[in-house]
Order: sequence, then C-alpha cells, then structure tokens
Amino acid sequence: MRIHRRTLLALALATGLTAPSLALAADDTIKIGLLATFEGPFTVLGEDGERGAMTAVEEIGGKVAGKTIEIVKGSSDASPDSAVRAARKLVEQDGVKVLVGPLSGDEGLAVKDYAKTQPTVTFINGTSAAQDTTLRNPAENFFRFSTDGAQWMAGLGTYAFNDKGYKKVATVAEDYSFPYTQVFGFMAEFCKAGGKVPSKSWVPIGNKDYSSVIAAIPDDVDAIYVALGGADAVNFLTQYQQSGGTAPLIGGSITVDQTVLTSKGKLRDVLIGTPAAGPTADTNGSPSWTKFVEQYKKQPGAFPSPSLFAHGYYVNMKAALLGLEQAGGDVSDGGAKLRDALSKLSFDTPTGKVSLDKNRNAIADMFLTEVTEGADGNLLNKLVKVVSQVNQTLGIPEDEFMKLGAVNRDNPSCP
Amino acid sequence: MSLTIAAQDAAPQQTWLEKLGPGHIVLAVALVLYPLVASDFFLTQIGGYSLIFGMLALSLMMLAGYGGMVSLAQITVAGIAAYAIAILGNNNSNVLGFGWPWWLAAPFAVLAAAVASALIGWISVRTEGIYTIMITLAIATATYYFAQQNYAIFNGHSGYAGIHAPSFWGVNWRDPKAFYYLCLGFAVLSYAAILYGARSTFGLTLQAIRDNPRRMRALGYDVTAHKVFAWFLAGIIAGLAGVLLVWFNGRVSPGTIGVDAAIDVLIIAVIGGLRHPIGPFFGALVVVLMQTFAIDIVGAERFNTLIGLVFLVIVFVSPDGILGLWGRIKPHLAQESLRSGP
Repeated sequence: MRIHRRTLLALALATGLTAPSLALAADDTIKIGLLATFEGPFTVLGEDGERGAMTAVEEIGGKVAGKTIEIVKGSSDASPDSAVRAARKLVEQDGVKVLVGPLSGDEGLAVKDYAKTQPTVTFINGTSAAQDTTLRNPAENFFRFSTDGAQWMAGLGTYAFNDKGYKKVATVAEDYSFPYTQVFGFMAEFCKAGGKVPSKSWVPIGNKDYSSVIAAIPDDVDAIYVALGGADAVNFLTQYQQSGGTAPLIGGSITVDQTVLTSKGKLRDVLIGTPAAGPTADTNGSPSWTKFVEQYKKQPGAFPSPSLFAHGYYVNMKAALLGLEQAGGDVSDGGAKLRDALSKLSFDTPTGKVSLDKNRNAIADMFLTEVTEGADGNLLNKLVKVVSQVNQTLGIPEDEFMKLGAVNRDNPSCP
Repeated sequence: MSLTIAAQDAAPQQTWLEKLGPGHIVLAVALVLYPLVASDFFLTQIGGYSLIFGMLALSLMMLAGYGGMVSLAQITVAGIAAYAIAILGNNNSNVLGFGWPWWLAAPFAVLAAAVASALIGWISVRTEGIYTIMITLAIATATYYFAQQNYAIFNGHSGYAGIHAPSFWGVNWRDPKAFYYLCLGFAVLSYAAILYGARSTFGLTLQAIRDNPRRMRALGYDVTAHKVFAWFLAGIIAGLAGVLLVWFNGRVSPGTIGVDAAIDVLIIAVIGGLRHPIGPFFGALVVVLMQTFAIDIVGAERFNTLIGLVFLVIVFVSPDGILGLWGRIKPHLAQESLRSGP
C-alpha cells in the first residue's frame, strides 16, 4: 500500500515536471511575447513600456488578420542573464513566434545573441538602444523599429556648439552600453564641430555618492553632458548643485524627463534651458502624437505624457502587428513571410515615418528639445527642432562610420 | 524520496544495493529516465538549472549543516569559476580569452574557485553566527561591485558572452539531453561525496567542531584548519556549479553574482532544509519552478509577491523546509532522519 501511494506521488510529480509545453495554440490565435523589466531598478520604465505595447494592441481591437492576439509576458531585472532566461521561457516553453523586447541596452545585446539560435522566431526590439545590437554582427531575425541611443542624440552636439556656444564639455554617464552609445552620438557631432571633451566620468547604475565624480570634473568646462536615468540623474544633479557647481547642463535622452523635471527646489533654476534630444518631445503638436497620447492615457496607471519607453514599445509592437497583417497572420512557415514583410515595412508612427536599413535598424525622425517653464509653472521639454530621418550612421557614409570603431568607455575621444 | 535509507547503522554484510536503499534507487531511475518525457525546456531550464543551483545550495548546506558556518558567498565562489572559464577559454567579448582547451580551463577554474573559497573561509572562520553571514555578505557584495567596475579582468557591467560548452566524444555538451546528464552526473557526484564525507573522520570532526569548538581545541584538533578545509571542499562543489552555470548561460556578468543571486542560494538551502544533502536539490526545484512560472499565475505586476508568499508559507509551516514537511507527513521517517541527520 505504501509503495502504491509513493508511486502515485512520484507519478504526480513526474507529470507536473514534464507537462509538455501546451503551446499548440488554436489556429485562430497568435501568441506574441512581451519582454520588459517588471522587476529591479527599471520596473517603472518596464511598466510604461507595457502600456505602450498594449496601446498598439488595443488600437487594432486585439485582432490581426482575423486572429486573436494573445500577449504572454516575460520579466527581466535589466541584467542580460535574466533577459535571456525570460526570452528562453517565452520561446521554448510558451512557444511564441514573435517576441517584442527587451528594454535596456545590455539586455538587447544578449537577446540578439540568443536570437541567432532561434532562427524561426522573430525578435522585435523593445527600447534597448545599444549601437551594436544591430550595427555589428547583427542577427537576421532581430528587428529594431525604435532606433539606437546615438541616433537619439541627433542634432544635440551641433546645437550645443553653435547655438549654445559650449566649446569644452565634460560628460557624466552610467557605465554600460546604452550610455556609451549616447555619449558617442553626442560627441560624434560635438567633436566634429570643433568642441573638446576633456573628461568623461562613468558611474555604476544605482550610484548614490557622486562626490568623487563631481570633484573630478574640470573647473574650466562650459557645460556638463549628463546621461543618467531616473534616480541616478536626480542624485547627481542635487549633489552637483549642493557642492556649488554652476556649469550649465546638456541632457541625454532619459535624463531630463518628467521624473527629474517634477523635482522641487533650486534644481529647477539649473534645469531651465537644458538642451536634450531623443525620439519624443513633450510639446510635439502634431495630430498623430496628440492622438497617441489620448490612446495611451486609457491604459491603467498611465503618466500624463507617454515616456520614451511607452513610445518605443508602441512603435515596435505596432510594427509587429502590421507585419503580421501583411503576412496574413501566418507564422507557420517559420516566420519567413513575416520577416520579409517587416524588412520592407515603412509606416507612420506618432513621431513620423519609420523604415528599416539593411541591418534591420530604424531610420526615423529625432527631436531636439530644451527645458522651459510651462504656462502652469511646470517644467517641460519644449520642441526646438525636428531632425528628420536620422539613420544609424548619423548621416556619415557607412565605411567611414565603421572606422570610428565600436563604442566603449574610451571611444570616441577628443580631449 | 525517503531521505535516510542509507542509514549509518547498516551492517557490513549488506550488498551495495541494499546500502543504497530503495529511495535513492527510485529517485535515480526517475532522474535518468526524465529526458524521455521532458521537453527541452524542462530538461535544461528547469532540470539542469535546478541541479546547478542545487549544487550551489549543497555547498552552503555542507558549510552550514556540518560546519555551522552560514555563507552568503557561495555564488561568488561559483562566479570566480565562471569568470575563470571565460577568461582562460574563449569568449567573444574581445577581452582576454586565452583560448585554453576545456580540459585545462575547467579543472583550473574549479581549483581557482576552491582556493578562493578557502581564502574566504580563512577570513571568516574567526567569526561566528551572524558575523559569518555579515562578513561573507560583505565579500559577496564587494566582489560584485569590483566585477562591475573592473574592465581589465571582469569586463565591467557587460561581462563576458559567447562562452561555449565543450564538444567531445562526438557530443555537444550543451545539447539539452547531454547537458542535463552532465549536470546530473556532477550533482550525483557531489551529493555522494557529501554523504560519504559526512561519515568520514573529517566529517565527524567537523561536526564535533560545530557542536563544541572549545572542547575540540582542548583535545588537540586544529579547529581553524578543519574549517578552512571544509571551505575548500565546499568551494570545489560551488566551483563545479559555476562551470556548469557559465556553460549553461553561455555568458557571465556581474548580475550573475549579485546580491540577489547570493540570497537566492540561501533561500534555496533554507526552503529545502539543511538537515540532509538532498534538501538543497528539492529547494532548488521549488524555487526554479516558482521563479519561472509565477508570472503565468498572477501576471507581471505581482508575481514576486507570490514567490515570497510561497516561501513564507513553507518556512512557516515547516521551519526545516521541504525536508521537514516530508517528515511531518511521515512521522516515523522524521524520527529516523533525526538519528541519522548531521
């Protein structure tokens, strides 16, 4: 009797552990994986990315080519290991044929490597913006409709040198692939215009004490370029001000967003006039952007204005849905039809036309902004200029661009 | 399942089959046949991963259960082996990568991990109880931040990618089935070694030191040396797990050895139970299953809450973890295991 019960237990355990992936979804649904940071330091950003993606799904009523869309979510904590693990689960266990994500730079590089081992699955980026996700050694089945961090900087370096008159700039940025790419994008223009960057400081994500970084910034710089995100930006800016720093600022794409602009105190005065650049602008008055903001606000817990992450996930999810529409919702051929449709896809997003280059990286419009005080006293990013159709090589011929080398802490350099 | 079949009062005339006990045989057969029924995902992402983390928690169980030293640095030790594989072997991050063949790199990596573990032990044996936890946590955190900011050796935040498991005897050892058996082999080896070691002279001395170090010192035993050697042995198991982990992920970065991971190992050991070396493997299985599938049960917003609640319930219902649960279901077994436990 005892053996009998034990056998039963063993059987129950065995079935539980082996339940084959019941991924044989009915013919009338399409599973799309959604990979974002639902845990760790970037949770808030990941949740806004999800809102963006769901905006795109709801816009078409949750159906594409007559098939219902089923979203399966995967969570990472912004580390490359966790992103690959979550992607593996979505692909190998849940059986998704289309995956949208991940959110941050190093995750993107890792998922791209994983994509090479899954040629029948179509990977579409979330908002990860490291340059080499698509520029060097790309994966045939990884698409990025949301541009990279260097593209986001389009126009900023020239504007800082010519219009603001900054000749010497120090940079402070987080120490991983996305800020490297942002600094590269800024310096590519700034150094070409004749500017000098005598000092570059790299800080770990989540750094609290910036006193040594602030002490290392030379006294004679005209401005400081800051590419930090969320709490890191607030911490640095507050400490810089408390230490008596007076140099004006130049912002990265996620530095002077609403999380920083809504902070109180003397920081406000420093922030006014800070130029920045990115794929979105708060005061974009175009009808398609206004419509997108309306749609986005229907999502639970939405911000007053969609963040860059909501925008990126929206654009990529939208592309996935348009691609599926053109492929007739058919991914049974290992996604060949879908990928063919995606690589030729060109469509209008809330921020203008988007199309892909040969590495499957987006060519899109960029927005140069400047922090100003709004009518109600709130700070916001005023649209200064639209730089239209920026490609991944920033308008430089490709062979010349490749000679600049891969982005890292020491490249580029113009002290 | 029955954890205590290999009882120490076994008479010498028993055959090896009897010594092994039906519990171990059933478990072994189930584990060997598991690939016949499991999908690739369940083989590697659940099976292989649980075995690797089970080995890591086993090294902690050995230190904590037999030596009374709770360490939070086991993932650091594994990380040293993983980084050693990336640095000595091949990687595609264009940093270091000496291109050593696997049969040279792997033993060297395990040795490096064991030496590092002994070093950590040597620093921390002078402390006891909560202070050991604190000092090992400090070492784990310091190593994490050092790896994050050092570019010459650890390649900073992005770490190393493009590390491949070896192929030999015509088998690519990262193929799901092969990799599962590889993990199983090393897990069984470590498990058997611990079972055997616990009843060896050294094992018994270690347990005596745990119970009364002053008396052992008075009897003429070198307490520090025994403890440091225990750390060295635990380092070998953690190092093996580290090598498997880097072959499994194909990459290693500071995130792999972060404080979260260090605490995961402790949770696995506590959930599984520290009384018997099988505990960590059950704990690893539960934790890996929860971490993988909780998001399907409650959605993306609250899945970590569910994971936490389940762990809380297990520890609340049974302070001895899953092993204790089993003991409650089978009271007579529980008594037996108290007799044969560490």
